[in-house]
Amino acid sequence: MSDPLLKVDNLHVEFKTGSIITRAVNGVTFELNEQENIGIVGESGSGKSVTATSILQLIPSPPAKVANGAIYFKGKNLLKLSSKEMRKIRGNEISMIFQDPSTSLNPVFTVGNQLIETIRAHKKVSKKQAKQKAISLLDLVGIPAPDKRIDMYPHEFSGGMRQRVMIAIALACDPEVLIADEPTTALDVTVQAQILNLMKELQERLGMSIIMITHDLGVVWETCDKLLVMYAGRVVESASVKDLYQQPLHPYTWGLLDSQISEGQNSAEPLASIPGSPPDLSYEIKGCPFVERCPYAQDICYQETPQLNETIQGHAVACHFQTSEHQLERKEREYSDGDAT
Amino acid sequence: MMETLLEVNGLKKHFPVSNPIPFKKSTQSVKAVDGVNFDVYQGETLGIVGESGCGKSTMARLVNQLIKPTDGSVIFKKQNLIDMPAEKLRQMRQKIQMVFQDPYASLDPRLKVGELIAEPLVIHQIGDRTSQKQRVEELLEIVGLNKRYADRYPHEFSGGQRQRINIARALTLNPELVICDEPVSALDVSVQAQVINLLNKLQQDFKLTYIFISHDLNVVRYMCDRIAVMYLGRIVEIGTFEEIYANPQHPYTKALFSAIPKESPFEEKERIILKGTVPSPLNPPSGCHFHERCPVAIDICKTKEPKMITKEKIHQTSCHLAD
Ligand SMILES: Nc1ncnc2c1ncn2[C@@H]1O[C@H](COP(=O)(O)OP(=O)(O)OP(=O)(O)O)[C@@H](O)[C@H]1O
Ligand SMILES: Nc1ncnc2c1ncn2[C@@H]1O[C@H](COP(=O)(O)OP(=O)(O)OP(=O)(O)O)[C@@H](O)[C@H]1O
Ligand code: SF4
Ligand code: SF4
Ligand SMILES: [Mg+2]
Ligand SMILES: [Mg+2]
Repeated sequence: MSDPLLKVDNLHVEFKTGSIITRAVNGVTFELNEQENIGIVGESGSGKSVTATSILQLIPSPPAKVANGAIYFKGKNLLKLSSKEMRKIRGNEISMIFQDPSTSLNPVFTVGNQLIETIRAHKKVSKKQAKQKAISLLDLVGIPAPDKRIDMYPHEFSGGMRQRVMIAIALACDPEVLIADEPTTALDVTVQAQILNLMKELQERLGMSIIMITHDLGVVWETCDKLLVMYAGRVVESASVKDLYQQPLHPYTWGLLDSQISEGQNSAEPLASIPGSPPDLSYEIKGCPFVERCPYAQDICYQETPQLNETIQGHAVACHFQTSEHQLERKEREYSDGDAT
Repeated sequence: MMETLLEVNGLKKHFPVSNPIPFKKSTQSVKAVDGVNFDVYQGETLGIVGESGCGKSTMARLVNQLIKPTDGSVIFKKQNLIDMPAEKLRQMRQKIQMVFQDPYASLDPRLKVGELIAEPLVIHQIGDRTSQKQRVEELLEIVGLNKRYADRYPHEFSGGQRQRINIARALTLNPELVICDEPVSALDVSVQAQVINLLNKLQQDFKLTYIFISHDLNVVRYMCDRIAVMYLGRIVEIGTFEEIYANPQHPYTKALFSAIPKESPFEEKERIILKGTVPSPLNPPSGCHFHERCPVAIDICKTKEPKMITKEKIHQTSCHLAD
């Protein structure tokens, strides 16, 4: 088998603020193959964005620091590249759609300016050609009247339109890997379907690979091949999307699936949710990071941190009681304490 | 019959487009909201759905008078908020509050949580320090946060916690109408469920009326009694969720419902893919705004704007074919 296109290997990232060290990413490992689409889901604060931005080394450092690990792209460790070499890869071979469009679009420049800049930073084209390309990109992501819109400022766009501009910028240079951090959260479902289709099409046409961070499981079922479930800076489960849907194994994943609204449920019945909150990552975590909220926890869970192990072919989980020899029995609506804070 | 709390008539907002030639007056405008009518009944939740950029947030800002309309009226508790004397409007506006989409951007990072929640009281000069502090503690408790959090800064909280702070802030002045603009879209599923449960509980406890803007049709189905479907500055269909879901009349509504993401990786979905791009509110199409993309358009649609017609008492739509 050939090497994966991208391999994140035992990545550790920490933030140092004053004397406090927050261990945001704690040993994340995964592989992305050509033309593959990997989804990442997980609780807010579980390190999804930090993992993604580390790949492109776009985390502010300090306070952030990669404490351990490697990120291989086409066999080269990105963490060892000079900033000049990294700039060449960024936006060109690997590009990213950021979670928060308001922080990544500059309010003082027109949308067109920002697109043209990006195109000209990586491709030797005239201003005029770049502008043409920019207009066609805006059109591609479904911005109406792109020739007029191109001269407008970000604040004159609706939330969803700004997000589409971000997508246009990320696609400007036909990247090989697209990292999309919540790319469709601000979009309505018809535009979302259109954008997801566009990504699929580019994936087939250009052989693009995608890392898709989302909290919408519908988007995962729709577009991803593999799924990573993250919790407290770790991958706690990873499998093909179909396996994960049919046989989820980690108790956190169960809680996540139970929290979804299903058809026929109405507000007379509170939604299930996982009570409590994730651990404070500025303390050393002893045992399983999910232990405080896990209905299946036993003594060993407070003592030892479970490692991510393949239990079934291609399906890995980090739980003491989910192994090839022993399996937990999933309880019906275990997470029903809707009001817990 | 339920009592009408809010009545919106012929509401319009046209934003002038800055002219690239200096000192020349702009001749074009973005018709963000272009003649919208609806009622909101006491105690209900009205969902607003529609394509991104169709004017939902602008409409919310018009209802709560953060911006002034180009035309139309907003009648709240039987009084028109447009042209109301400033002092009176200030009083009325206390009863209409907003919760915004982005729990990160909507809280001033320089203020402590307690100051943020007390801010509306300070602005409206209600009570003294002690009573304000008491109210803050009470509100933190209501939204399920620890009283001690009053002394912390917003950046110390997660998205879900920040959205609780936003909700507490919206409740400070005992509103009757709360407009939630995508209140849970930025939250992960499990936290989203907690915030939705909280909003439901508050509605019961304080007899609140909600206008609930969301892209997530599953959330809308769960939360809302009625929904209004918007397209390019206008409402194209309005009625109870069940009725519209079971029996959508407008072709845009049909396309919208068909685009709900899959519920499993095995589901095969029939999608109505809309052709063409979203038309521009700078230059909306003639006749029915939807005609260029409508899969079933007929000749008259190009020239004549369809009127709102009542299908059932609980269901209205504007499409020539629904006649
Ligand atoms: N600039 C920063 N300084 C200090 N801590 C940070 C910084 N950025 C992120 N963190 C911490 O790193 C952890 C992981 O954050 P990250 O943004 O990756 O979460 P996420 O999984 O993307 O969450 P969400 O779903 O809310 O986007 C969090 O605990 C966060 O507080
Ligand atoms: N200050 C402004 N100046 C000019 N145009 C504006 C302004 N604010 C909004 N618009 C335009 O008005 C239209 C409606 O925007 P609005 O933010 O109300 O949409 P929305 O339905 O809330 O969309 P989304 O779902 O993406 O949040 C858009 O075309 C937008 O570009
Ligand atoms: S290791 Fe223990 S605490 Fe962690 S998920 Fe498994 S059962 Fe729960
Ligand atoms: S009026 Fe005509 S164009 Fe508009 S939705 Fe109905 S059939 Fe389609
Ligand atoms: Mg994130
Ligand atoms: Mg909006």
